[in-house]
Amino acid sequence: MLRFLILAALLFASITMGAQAAESPQTPQELIAGLPAADFERKTEMVNALAASGHPRAGLIIGALASGTLFSTVDGRIILQTGQDGKSYADALTGNLIAGLSEGQLTKIGVNNRLRRDLRGLSARLSLMSPDPQTRRKSAADAFTAHDPETLPAIEEARKKESVPSIRQALDEARAAIVLQSDDSSQDDKLAAVNTLRARGDRDALNALLGLRTADSQTLRNAAAAAVKDIESSLAYWGALQNVYYGLSLGSVLLLAAIGLAITFGVMGVINMAHGEMIMLGAYTTYMVQQVVAGVAPALMPWALPLAIPMAFLVAGASGILIERTIIRFLYGRPLETLLATWGLSLLMQQGVRTIFGPTNKPVTAPTWMSGSFDVGHLTITFSRLAIIIFAVAAFSLLTMFLKRTHFGMQMRAVTQNRKMASAMGVRTNWVDALTFGLGSGVAGIAGVALSQIDNVSPNLGQSYIIDSFMVVVFGGVGNLWGTLVGAMTLGVANKFLEPYAGAVVGKILVLAFIILFIQRRPRGLFALKGRAVEA
Amino acid sequence: MSAIPARRFGTLPVVLYTVLAVLAVSVPLLNLAVPEGAPFHVSTYVVTLLGKYTAYALLALALDLVWGYCGILSLGHGAFFALGGYAMGMHLMRMIGPRGVYGNPILPDFMVFLNYKELPWYWLGFDNFLFAMLIVLLAPGLLAYVFGTFAFRSRVTGVYFSIITQAMTFAMMLAFFRNDMGFGGNNGLTDFKEIFGIDLQLASTRDAFFVVSVAALAAGYAICRAIVTSKLGKVLIAIRDAESRTRFLGYRVEQYKLFVWVVSACLAGVAGALYVPQVGIINPSEFAPASSIEAVIWVAVGGRGTLVGAILGAVLVNGFKSWFTGAIPELWLFALGALFILTTLLLPRGIVGTLLHRAGAKAMPATLQEDTVDDAISPEPPRDIKQEKLVRLGA
Repeated sequence: MLRFLILAALLFASITMGAQAAESPQTPQELIAGLPAADFERKTEMVNALAASGHPRAGLIIGALASGTLFSTVDGRIILQTGQDGKSYADALTGNLIAGLSEGQLTKIGVNNRLRRDLRGLSARLSLMSPDPQTRRKSAADAFTAHDPETLPAIEEARKKESVPSIRQALDEARAAIVLQSDDSSQDDKLAAVNTLRARGDRDALNALLGLRTADSQTLRNAAAAAVKDIESSLAYWGALQNVYYGLSLGSVLLLAAIGLAITFGVMGVINMAHGEMIMLGAYTTYMVQQVVAGVAPALMPWALPLAIPMAFLVAGASGILIERTIIRFLYGRPLETLLATWGLSLLMQQGVRTIFGPTNKPVTAPTWMSGSFDVGHLTITFSRLAIIIFAVAAFSLLTMFLKRTHFGMQMRAVTQNRKMASAMGVRTNWVDALTFGLGSGVAGIAGVALSQIDNVSPNLGQSYIIDSFMVVVFGGVGNLWGTLVGAMTLGVANKFLEPYAGAVVGKILVLAFIILFIQRRPRGLFALKGRAVEA
Repeated sequence: MSAIPARRFGTLPVVLYTVLAVLAVSVPLLNLAVPEGAPFHVSTYVVTLLGKYTAYALLALALDLVWGYCGILSLGHGAFFALGGYAMGMHLMRMIGPRGVYGNPILPDFMVFLNYKELPWYWLGFDNFLFAMLIVLLAPGLLAYVFGTFAFRSRVTGVYFSIITQAMTFAMMLAFFRNDMGFGGNNGLTDFKEIFGIDLQLASTRDAFFVVSVAALAAGYAICRAIVTSKLGKVLIAIRDAESRTRFLGYRVEQYKLFVWVVSACLAGVAGALYVPQVGIINPSEFAPASSIEAVIWVAVGGRGTLVGAILGAVLVNGFKSWFTGAIPELWLFALGALFILTTLLLPRGIVGTLLHRAGAKAMPATLQEDTVDDAISPEPPRDIKQEKLVRLGA
């Protein structure tokens, strides 16, 4: 009904304009220039004419007029407010930015309520018919959330012309949302709308359907209730999937933090309480690399993070070798004393970093390619979490490959399994020790690069991960990298599933308590080494 | 130390008891009887400080009992210490009565603030001093019993045990930080007013606490000494040096360990209970893994496996800390870190341990020295040189 009215109005407008061709403006430039002076009735005509003219910026101008951001200047130019802060202005028709304007020089082009309503419908119609599919998709989604009855005719019209199936569906959904709200649509129409929303199945659809709980018709109420139940169960399912995803990303963080420890503790049997500080060194290296890149070659900023990875490995690895040569090698075979000495070392390193860089958090910016997200079904996959998962898995695979396939990896395993025999075979065991410790520390440094993205780069960064890392290694089983992988992922997912029920802190306490109990049952972890060496 | 006959150094306990007795008499006297400003006056601040060190010394003693004599390195003794402290703190909270900010005669301030309507069940009975003292012993003891039963039965040893004790105290810290635990959350328990109706701030109260702490330390020392010099103590040392061998000889290693572990936890709880009224606050940071591990270094510096060493270490390190954090606070962590490293690398036996070892080495024939190497953690099997020669000769 409304649609016909508007069409008629359009038709009428074009006729009157045709009739008044001699004295009325016709080009978009002229139409716009005449806006400030015209009365409301005349403005309606002019806006309709503008819409009919097919000017690419017509939708923008009409939208600005409706929201009161279209102005005229003293010298007769028409401009609209742009930019996120609303402080910059652009020429209405060309879109060129105009500098040096202040609000005092501008006069807002006034509208009344009736005109504003027309404008909204017109603007929705224009953007729904826009030649650009992205604009159409976005305005269909907007129409869904706004469910403004004024836009219904425009939506229906656009639906007929739409060629892209996904946008057509979005339009159907928007129409359904409006139909459910409106009083003058038929029962069948509403039932069909319920089904459309049921198929959409997200939280917005749920909210729209919940409004039907007070509907007059029994059938409609039942249909809505069934749809709500259906959507809720599917949302629970997707929610669980989302938890798994969060859990995997937390597990990857744990894996990164623990994997270096799995080498120093798991393979060498050295308790390195300064492991967390190696992670911290990696994070501070990332910060330094970013500072240097920003100073020397700002164009390379998006690549500062990948550049930081080898740097962090080198810095942390070199520190690790230094520590092994100066402290740890004197303490082999005395694990509890190693624990105390490395604890002291961690205090030294924390205070050292605090003295050099100060106690405050250092800003590490995320590269632009890591922000954003995409949807799979109702699952939101953020790039930053995805990047951490991929990074952790890549680091893990590289490390296992290195241990399995390279000469040094073989020497390392030989020394772990039987030091004396390896030494008799000509392996320089003390160098292997130093390099292994360096490798474990370097991997911790790499973890620091990743953690700098999700945690505060402060001197205490490492401390918050040390207990978690030990838990992962002990849970997974010492001396086995696969155990570390499974342990990290299990703990990550378990943590995320407990969080909604018990809260973050209690969830963490439960996980800790679980591990303590688990170690009682299997003192050597999930994937224990078998054989005599264990009892030694 | 096992090889050194205890009677040779029987003078050590006598010296300790004498020093403690002299301190218990002289410090309050110098505080109360000598007027302020006089050269030998001991200020109330120093009395409180010494009382704090004494409580720490008792904690170190408890830690040394399990670490030095049974080879169990606990990185979670702070949890037992804090539990004892919380039990004492709960009693002192109830003693505030209606003098709190909100003036509620039953509920402590933080509970009024958090909208508690009545006292949680686990706070009942804490207005009774004897009940609170019972809990000071029972709470850490019970936790240690449950934890120890599980851990020792499934033979969790060495660093694994150390790491799960650390996880335990970490989990406790997270739990006590929560407001709805009913233990004051982040702020803990503080603003204590009096005990037995006597103002806590009075100098004489402080002196009394010091004397009680010294007495408790002496009693703790007596208990530990009784344990380590008994036959049971010999078994503990055997477990420390060769656990599997002791088990194969027929000793029920788990039960010996559990016994000494629970005794140690109770001692730590008493230390916490003495600590709280003197410093006037107990909060979840006492559960922090870092404070537990700091206690370990006191024992390491003084000399583990020597009871006097633990006491000496606690007093020395804490005295050093008080002086250092007053003089150059920003460098304290450097000093503490260096202390950890240097002690483990250069002075693995600690101060008293090294002195005793020197004395012992002089007194013994050279060939036996290998046996006396007091490597408590991972002993080399003692070398029997005569036997090796015989083997080499083909006998």
